[in-house]
Amino acid sequence: MRIRLKVWRQESREAAGRFETYDLDSVNEHMSFLEMLDVLNEKLTLEGKEPVAFDHDCREGICGMCGFLINGIAHGPEKGTTLCQLHMRHFQDGAELTLEPWRAKAFPVIKDLIVDRSALDRVIQAGGYISVNTGSAPEANIHPVPKDTAEKAMDAAACIGCGACVAACPNASAMLFTAAKVSHLGLMPQGQPERMQRVKKMIAAMDAEGFGSCTNHGECQAVCPKEISTEFIARLNRDLIRSALLLTRV
Amino acid sequence: MSEKIRATAPDGPIETRWERRRFEYKLVNPSNRRKYTVIVIGSGLAGASAAASLGELGYRIKVFCYQDSARRAHSIAAQGGINAAKNYQNDNDSIFRLFYDTVKGGDFRARESNVYRLAQVSNNIIDQCVAQGVPFAREYGGTLANRSFGGAQVSRTFYARGQTGQQLLLGAYQALSRQVAAGTVTIFPRTEMLDLVVEKNRAVGIIARNMITGEITRHAGDVVVLASGGYGNIFFLSTNAKGCNASAAWRSFRRGAFFANPCFTQIHPTCIPVSGDYQSKLTLMSESLRNDGRVWVPKKKGDKRPPNEIPEEERDYYLERRYPAFGNLVPRDVASRAAKVVCDAGHGVGESGFGVYLDFSEAIERLGEETIRQRYGNLFHMYEKITGENPYRTPMRIYPAVHYTMGGLWVDYDLMSTIDGLFVAGEANFSDHGANRLGASALMQGLADGYFVLPYSVPNFLATAGHSEATPDDPEFLSAEREVEDRIRRLLSINGSRTVDSFHRELGMVLWQHCGMARNRQGLEEALKRIPEIRAAFWKDVKVPGSAETLNQALEKAGRVADFLEMAELLCRDALEREESCGCHFREEYQTEEGECRRNDEDFAHTAVWEFAGDEKPPVRHKENLKFEYVKPSQRSYK
Ligand SMILES: Cc1cc2nc3c(=O)[nH]c(=O)nc-3n(C[C@H](O)[C@H](O)[C@H](O)COP(=O)(O)OP(=O)(O)OC[C@H]3O[C@@H](n4cnc5c(N)ncnc54)[C@H](O)[C@@H]3O)c2cc1C
Ligand code: FES
Repeated sequence: MRIRLKVWRQESREAAGRFETYDLDSVNEHMSFLEMLDVLNEKLTLEGKEPVAFDHDCREGICGMCGFLINGIAHGPEKGTTLCQLHMRHFQDGAELTLEPWRAKAFPVIKDLIVDRSALDRVIQAGGYISVNTGSAPEANIHPVPKDTAEKAMDAAACIGCGACVAACPNASAMLFTAAKVSHLGLMPQGQPERMQRVKKMIAAMDAEGFGSCTNHGECQAVCPKEISTEFIARLNRDLIRSALLLTRV
Repeated sequence: MSEKIRATAPDGPIETRWERRRFEYKLVNPSNRRKYTVIVIGSGLAGASAAASLGELGYRIKVFCYQDSARRAHSIAAQGGINAAKNYQNDNDSIFRLFYDTVKGGDFRARESNVYRLAQVSNNIIDQCVAQGVPFAREYGGTLANRSFGGAQVSRTFYARGQTGQQLLLGAYQALSRQVAAGTVTIFPRTEMLDLVVEKNRAVGIIARNMITGEITRHAGDVVVLASGGYGNIFFLSTNAKGCNASAAWRSFRRGAFFANPCFTQIHPTCIPVSGDYQSKLTLMSESLRNDGRVWVPKKKGDKRPPNEIPEEERDYYLERRYPAFGNLVPRDVASRAAKVVCDAGHGVGESGFGVYLDFSEAIERLGEETIRQRYGNLFHMYEKITGENPYRTPMRIYPAVHYTMGGLWVDYDLMSTIDGLFVAGEANFSDHGANRLGASALMQGLADGYFVLPYSVPNFLATAGHSEATPDDPEFLSAEREVEDRIRRLLSINGSRTVDSFHRELGMVLWQHCGMARNRQGLEEALKRIPEIRAAFWKDVKVPGSAETLNQALEKAGRVADFLEMAELLCRDALEREESCGCHFREEYQTEEGECRRNDEDFAHTAVWEFAGDEKPPVRHKENLKFEYVKPSQRSYK
């Protein structure tokens, strides 16, 4: 296959960026998208140019490290797929693809296709956990958890924290990411004691990091490689209202 | 035996050894704890759990990882599950049975005391993870579900769909995040440890590189915990994440930490075969698939017919044939070797001929497609994504791939290396799996080390050895920093004609061929000749573009590959010196008539412990003799 790539190149956070065009003429359709970029980078290196910087690690769709826009779509055209699991057989011979980093105020570009997503870590640090010290756990089977509840919590917990939801959202909101964690922990019996505090603190942190607010566009669910549902956002909103009521009453 | 190799496990009944050792440990007064700094390299299961737990106790913790977030450590990719001896299924599991299975599964090359402790704390791990909110699979009544895994005859594996590692790591990461909020833990993401600093045989800090700015920094601490993962990527192609590396461990080896059993590398039987020379990594298909899939190859050599056209009587279900008792569920090392044997004999399938079928048609017929979808839906989906083939219709093609490293830095019972104050946890140490790791026990070991061993043994060291007086301005720090900077400059200045990856691939091929699933003297000697040649070529002809002062992924890779090029020799040397077959280490010269491992307990019932002796001299091989008081060594048989 022949593929033409227009790639966003940016030296550093401060530098101005620009697109560069590269042509690859012997792309194998069984390659993953990132393997195709490996081939490009080998070529650039041998030509004495700087390879394209992009984040990746597991290449199995689970670490959440990879991610950029292909023709404006986070993780590219395949539904429910991270970039590292996207294969070239899904593209046409001769395709022209524009690659850009996540665009969001809270995710400054570090280099080329790499952005700084540490804001997501800080949202978790604000309360995305259950406060239990090592050693103080009760016997594991003491709280039965209905199978359906555990499955639902797992649906939410499957989030890989890649940031595609933010990149796709017209408001650059991190609502789906935050809602997934709030829902995972809020569904489990172990997460109940801190449930109302947690949602408030995480939303406050999300706002403080410069993420926008959610106005129900639903673009996040459409690009989420783990297909996490916006119904968790509704859940979060219910918790948020309840927490406002409960916490003001005290 | 070297003076430094003392396992320090107490004697006496094995059931009470850990309790007694814990009682001997000294404690640190709560108000003094925050005066101690603990440096933790790695935020995987081992590192994150250790850092969070020590943070909760009040120590000051600095955590380093090379990813952009601690949550992305390679542990996240573990699929199948985590073992514990809860006996929830009432199938007669027990701490002793988990201990026994692990020692036997490791082909009698692990230390009994450590393995027993691992089995003991396994139950606490499940309690802890459940309390953190890990959404383990449940039964309809709400209790925890289990599955049998990796050939165990009891169901002791806890799991969260096919994402157990992810959920356990997120649990530990959340505990870590809580400590960040509490101010006890500081995380340094995108920061790579490039050297260890040692003063008077005590680890006192590290040299690290900020991977965004390129800045080299010196960090002093009272203790260093290495939880930097395994070195499977030395083979280039493996199931590990692309960034997994040996540098932290290898640099520590060069600074005086001994390395144990480097040749013990696990080759996992069920991975998607290599499809082209652009391939960047191999993908594991969880071995739980072997619970329902049947492995076969065509009886006729070079049979290129599509699998559905090969009649039943022309198929060789070779695992069922060779191992009637365990069939498709034999341990990993046995299954991998058997696949190699049939492919080498010309029966392999797929374009390359290096593949065997894993066939679900019978299970689908028996249980229905829906049941199979429930059990393995996500794995089938992943397989289809990667290969473009539908495993509900046509058998999967699988082939073994490098997966895990049992070898690692040598540690004593307290998990301390031969350098005082350098502790090693998780896959980075050598401790519990002997010559072969059983499925679902790496997650168990990483969390055992981090949640339940280091939080006691590290304080004991601090209470005994006291503060390190070292500061980042000591000559040892400055000279280590200079060495790191010189090496980076050297890598960037060669400006040769080959990429880093091309050398890495070449090294990987040599290792795969000569130090992979089967080894022999001639091949290992050949590898020991080739590796220094590749290394020399690398340092003469590698091309590393870009500069040191920015984010430079080629430079990061170059440093890691340079270390792999040194370490590869140690792997082969270790494999050459171990003149027996055991677990994953199959020396063709030492096999039974049926082609199974022939162990030599007389001469090799020991851990090989290597000491660095300088670049000009070969490393020195020491031994830690293994005593088996509870599990009598026997020929492993799965027939
Ligand atoms: C695909 C796959 C599936 C698996 N499935 C299972 C399973 O089902 N059950 C099971 O028990 N085991 C499984 N394993 C094995 C298990 O996942 C690993 O052995 C285990 O997670 C290792 O954990 P760790 O904490 O030791 O290291 P890792 O999780 O590898 O973490 C290493 C950490 O060290 C950091 N690091 C490394 N080098 C440096 C450096 N130089 N400077 C700074 N930081 C550094 C990394 O950033 C990372 O944070 C699987 C492994 C793979 C590859
Ligand atoms: S590289 Fe890990 S999710 Fe893509």
